[in-house]
Amino acid sequence: MFLPTWATDRLRRAEPTLPPDTPLALVGREGRRRVVLAADRAAQGSGIRVGMAAAQAQALVAGLEIRDADPAGDRAALERLAVWALRFSPVVAADPPDGLVIDTTGADHLFGGEAPMLESIAHRIAAAGYGVRAALAGTWGAAHGLARHGGQPLAVVPGAATARAAASLPLAALRLPTATVAALKVLGFRSAGELAAQPRAPLVRRFGPELALRLDQAFGRVEEPIVPVRDPDRATARRAFAEPIAAPETIGKYVGKLAAELCARLEARGLGARRVEMRIDRVDRSAQTERVGMAVPMRDAARLARLLGEAIPRLDPGFGIETLTLAATETGPLAARQTVSSLGAPPQPDVSGLIDTLLNRAEVRGVHRVAPVQSDVPERSVRRIDALAPATGDTWPQSWPRPARLLARPESIEAMALLPDHPPVAFTWRGVRRRVRRGDGPERVFGEWWARDPERVAVRDYFRVEDEGGERFWIFRAGDGEDAATGSHRWFLHGIFG
Amino acid sequence: MRSRSAIDSLRAEIGRIESVRRRSAAVLPFGIALLDAHLPGGGLAQAALHEVGGTGNAAVDGAAAALFAAGIAARTGGPVLWCHARADLFAPALAQAGLAPDRVIHVEAGDEAGVLACLEEGLRHGGLGAAVGELARLPMVASRRLQLAAEASGTLGLVVRRWRRPGDAALFAQPTAAATRWRIAPLPSTPLPVPGVGRPRWRVELVRCRGGEGAAFEVEACDEQGRLGVFADLGDGSAAARGTHAAA
Repeated sequence: MFLPTWATDRLRRAEPTLPPDTPLALVGREGRRRVVLAADRAAQGSGIRVGMAAAQAQALVAGLEIRDADPAGDRAALERLAVWALRFSPVVAADPPDGLVIDTTGADHLFGGEAPMLESIAHRIAAAGYGVRAALAGTWGAAHGLARHGGQPLAVVPGAATARAAASLPLAALRLPTATVAALKVLGFRSAGELAAQPRAPLVRRFGPELALRLDQAFGRVEEPIVPVRDPDRATARRAFAEPIAAPETIGKYVGKLAAELCARLEARGLGARRVEMRIDRVDRSAQTERVGMAVPMRDAARLARLLGEAIPRLDPGFGIETLTLAATETGPLAARQTVSSLGAPPQPDVSGLIDTLLNRAEVRGVHRVAPVQSDVPERSVRRIDALAPATGDTWPQSWPRPARLLARPESIEAMALLPDHPPVAFTWRGVRRRVRRGDGPERVFGEWWARDPERVAVRDYFRVEDEGGERFWIFRAGDGEDAATGSHRWFLHGIFG
Repeated sequence: MRSRSAIDSLRAEIGRIESVRRRSAAVLPFGIALLDAHLPGGGLAQAALHEVGGTGNAAVDGAAAALFAAGIAARTGGPVLWCHARADLFAPALAQAGLAPDRVIHVEAGDEAGVLACLEEGLRHGGLGAAVGELARLPMVASRRLQLAAEASGTLGLVVRRWRRPGDAALFAQPTAAATRWRIAPLPSTPLPVPGVGRPRWRVELVRCRGGEGAAFEVEACDEQGRLGVFADLGDGSAAARGTHAAA
């Protein structure tokens, strides 16, 4: 991300009364001279350049607005912008004086790809009133150069094409001191590609190792780590180890200590964690993150340590862990609450801890309660609600017996019955023929004609039947036994009573 | 009489050695004198694991076994954790066995190992009235873990055994660490003077009981408070549940 007019845009936001088409320049001291440190688009159009003396600029453009520059404020604002950009990716850093660097690895798929992500970030920054140019490339160096010196305001360069794109960049894009760039121009170099094609040793002897480093960074031959900004509002606990650790017991011990630290920080803010990230940085500079979620905000260190402890076997320490970080990425307010009272009713047992433990188990697909739905159709009479949702106090009508097991899909059976409203005399289910000794019914269930068109006239007649051995089944006939429009008149078994 | 008291004191002594960690000897009576008389302490031990299974088709669907377990869990009066790998339990039936939907937390545990792990978590927690798990296999070691967890927290543990094939029910004979083992089979329902299905009846067999003897009973299935009923079957002249001793 390149913000070409960051300082002036910031000033314009602070002073909305300033007319938008007035040229604006920010001046500050450089040694003993007053020079232009930043100029907006209109001022640049009239010929004002950064580094020009303030008096000269004033003479050049009539009606030029001049304000004092605030480099420290700009820098701090850039850091705040970086914290804001944490919503796009966990690794974001300010690239002072006028840029942001965002590591999109593993985050772009959330926005539908690299280009839509870049567009989305750039649009949001532009909507806030800041000029922005953005580029996405395989290396920080190449992206930095493309954003500032590339042709398009939004450029996406796939990883494989990064070297080619970097080669076409002008020398000024290489993040070299101005003096070096000028000297190279004198020697006849124009682009980074030309420079890279030269023998390395003489260049390094002449201009120092920084030149080679910047070239390698742009072409991706040297790793350039991004030191991410930290959200000061986010509670974290971090521990760096002098000796890398790898044993699960050791990791567990430090997770326990960090959990206590994290919970103390949360308590100081009156917060509870809903989601905690455990991040390990390995010796070989790779990282892994495991997350645990909580059903309600929580800051019980022992419980947190236990939840995280179950994620430890999923961590791969590799050659050893250098730093271990716990961060509460999602929090909620959690005030102190009286738990024990000798006056009122006995306290309700708190099962939220149990539910957290169960939900964080890898094999568990869901933890829920079941609540009634006002529907006559049996499979629609239940719905799942959150396990910790407040009690509804509802239940199903008790007048009609319901089977303990409901088949996911009614199974077709062969049945002999007198139409329209007698239970079958006998039926065959899963190859076993059963004679019906007793039967109850029909319980007529109409389709939900108000909600679903195909069920306008559909009918099911349910019977509870008992065979000679005493086993009880719930069977139904599709249709009312008289009108063929109401159903196929075939028989199905839907449930088993105990 | 003297030898009787000696045996009692010996029993108490053995009980102390066997379960030092057992917090309470609280029991949950069925409310049926004949049944409770067969259980040590006069009811189901609260801080213990109990197994419920079926025979024939009922071994596969486990419907009666689930209702029997629901009836017991309903009478504990706390939240109930119900762990299963197959989601075919129909909650309205639990409500009709006395277990209101607000009290039941369902856990879809994925597979058998997941059910075991979740059940153990539930038993260790201590705030639940009962924890129920539906399992086909219950190895000795796993059952021992569950039993210890139940003893430590005082939570009633119930395992509903249900198998893939009716023949697998023979595995029910293998020993586990559960305090009691029940086999529930459906019987023809209470006859009504009119056509229709009356209150369901079960043959409830106490196959194994730690510190007690096995027996079989014929009872009426759980009512809406989770209580079993005794027959008042005037047809064959007996006005009490018919209990027969069985070799355990």
